[in-house]
Amino acid sequence: MGGEQKIEMGASENGFIKRAMVIGGGIAGITASIDIGNAGYEVLLVERLPSIGGHMLQLSETFPTLDCAQCTLTPKTVETGQHPRIRLHTYSEVVRVAGRAGNFSVQIRKKAAYVDWEKCTGCGLCQQKCPSKYPSEFDRRMGLGKAIYTLSPQAVPNKPVINPDHCRYFLEKKCRVCEKICPVGAINYQQEDRLIEEKVGAIVVATGFDLMPVERFGEYGYGEIPDVIDGLSFERLNSASGPTNGEIRRPSDGRIPKEVVFIQCSGSRDPERYMPYCSRVCCMYTAKHARLYKHKVHDGQVYIFYMDIRSTGKGYEEFIQQTMEEGILYLRGRVSRIFREGEKMVVWGVDTLTGKKVEVLADLVVLATAIVPHQETKTLAQILGIHSDSYGFLTEAERKLKPVETNQEGIYLAGCVQGPKDIADTVAHANAAASKVQALFATH
Amino acid sequence: MNYLYFPGCTLYTKAKNFDQTARNCSLLLGFELVELPNWTCCGATFPLATDNLMALLPPARILARAKEQGEVLTTLCAICFNVIKRTNHLLQKDGEKREKINQFIEMNYQGDLKVLHYLEILKQEIGFPTLQEKVKKPLNELQAAPYYGCMLLRPFEEMGFDDKERPTLFEEFLSALGARPIDFPYKIECCGSFQSVGTPEVATECAYRILTSAMRQGAEVVVSTCPLCTFNLDQKQSDILKDHLDFKTIPVLYFTQLLGVAMGLDPQTLGFEQNAVDPIPLLKRKGLV
Repeated sequence: MGGEQKIEMGASENGFIKRAMVIGGGIAGITASIDIGNAGYEVLLVERLPSIGGHMLQLSETFPTLDCAQCTLTPKTVETGQHPRIRLHTYSEVVRVAGRAGNFSVQIRKKAAYVDWEKCTGCGLCQQKCPSKYPSEFDRRMGLGKAIYTLSPQAVPNKPVINPDHCRYFLEKKCRVCEKICPVGAINYQQEDRLIEEKVGAIVVATGFDLMPVERFGEYGYGEIPDVIDGLSFERLNSASGPTNGEIRRPSDGRIPKEVVFIQCSGSRDPERYMPYCSRVCCMYTAKHARLYKHKVHDGQVYIFYMDIRSTGKGYEEFIQQTMEEGILYLRGRVSRIFREGEKMVVWGVDTLTGKKVEVLADLVVLATAIVPHQETKTLAQILGIHSDSYGFLTEAERKLKPVETNQEGIYLAGCVQGPKDIADTVAHANAAASKVQALFATH
Repeated sequence: MNYLYFPGCTLYTKAKNFDQTARNCSLLLGFELVELPNWTCCGATFPLATDNLMALLPPARILARAKEQGEVLTTLCAICFNVIKRTNHLLQKDGEKREKINQFIEMNYQGDLKVLHYLEILKQEIGFPTLQEKVKKPLNELQAAPYYGCMLLRPFEEMGFDDKERPTLFEEFLSALGARPIDFPYKIECCGSFQSVGTPEVATECAYRILTSAMRQGAEVVVSTCPLCTFNLDQKQSDILKDHLDFKTIPVLYFTQLLGVAMGLDPQTLGFEQNAVDPIPLLKRKGLV
């Protein structure tokens, strides 16, 4: 592990510290870290979850190539984990930042994992034997996780943490199965959060996005209809490592849905009630979902309700055309209501091209919910002393010409924390942020 | 306690039973509905065009006159309530229109009257726990489907009545009476409204879907807050029967009629003769009359 190695702190004669901190270990943070590391500078990568990979690790395939997301991402996470100049601080959060470019003092909270990661070999026995199961956040609450867990079998670092909210020892003071079974005695229920201090010269903020919760949509059942799910949930259903092993089975009764409705712009481009902006990825991933579904359920029927199709990336419009040719029904219009009627969901929409009302009796409904910032992003902006906009996305220094810089010299943005982006744009943004860091270091 | 009361045209004619039961029940609950003197038609629809101020004059005049008499105005008919409440909201928020309208009607009303539906009076002023205590004849788990329609709930920003997608106030009311409220997806859907005049087949189909949805969930009676909804749901059942041979009729009552049953009012005074589908066999079966 990178954490094991002693890293020389690079600093020039004038005391300018040439070492970067990247906050967020998704594809943006990973990309920026590898770039900066490969340029010869040290990197601290701080991730609040137990392992890196971010949302991309939850995806099944990616548009427009239909590559397996894990197959493209795992080499990157492994490279990050083994990189001689990248030190991982996972399960950690930035608490305080002071100073300026070239000399930031950073306080990081390393959350108690209740597992001694120095001793842990990542054998996974504890996870196999842990008796406490609860809905896994990684699987969008559709599958069960354990109280001692890693996010995925390919987790980097491959070290588990205990969730005390679900652990029987923390709840009832009994069990201790993991402690008994661990061959190296790594379990430590007395572990506490630790605060550590670091010095860095530049910071890349890459904390990513969240999805607007399905519970926000009263007209679609306030999240109480189990077969009305969001796009990330569909990714998990379609993922070979997901709760259904990649078979498209609906959450309520595990049956294979034959009539599937996708609703784009759920919460996006709706200034009156939700978010006025376009989330930029939904047109493409909905088309992808539709195709992946049809590849698995040949006799299934897909309906996509859309407002406009926005497919401006390279190869994107061709992907949409191909999708339409695969027998997927695109209906231009909004859906006003979804309710349950027996085992089906009644979906009321309109097709504005024919001017007709449409009623679909659906087995599964997938909402392409809006990309929104994490709630904590505003707090992070305050800690860093940088601006966020009215939605909570972090603000770049200039809309067109300074897309990765912030109002603070030495602090840069990468990925969806600045606004909705697809993977290709996120990687380009992260490359840009990393090159800004390199330029800053090179000139001091 | 007295509340200023705007009955509206329909409650003087086709929906006399709605009006009478509400007045009688209020006396038993310790308040009186004092009819607003010199009331006129509410205007019947809130204008869709933002510059159609003429249509706002009747409700504005009603509000201005009511303000001279008291602080709270209550109504029963969901459409009157919608028009008056939305006009009140507009007069509160839009100073320019308020001034124009005031000049025209030669009054000075500032939009500061409280407009409450009779159900809101029961919830906010009387309280459902108190109502439950005053019930003389609990409704014996009568499976009642509360039909809100759209006028009470939308637009939410102006009406503020209850959650527009999943309201519960009506259910709370029915539970207080000892009935079992039936949840059904069509409870907030349109009854067909004025389509029953121009394209009656549309309204009939709406009524068919609403009523059958309620019955699928086990409803024995549908409960309404609106004379037009009641017309479409109750009177139109004979037309539904012509189109849908498998349709079974179901009584549709005003909520105040059920309130009257629960308060132990003489069934003779509940105006059941104005209901197209006779509710008496059901109420007898439940031991309520």
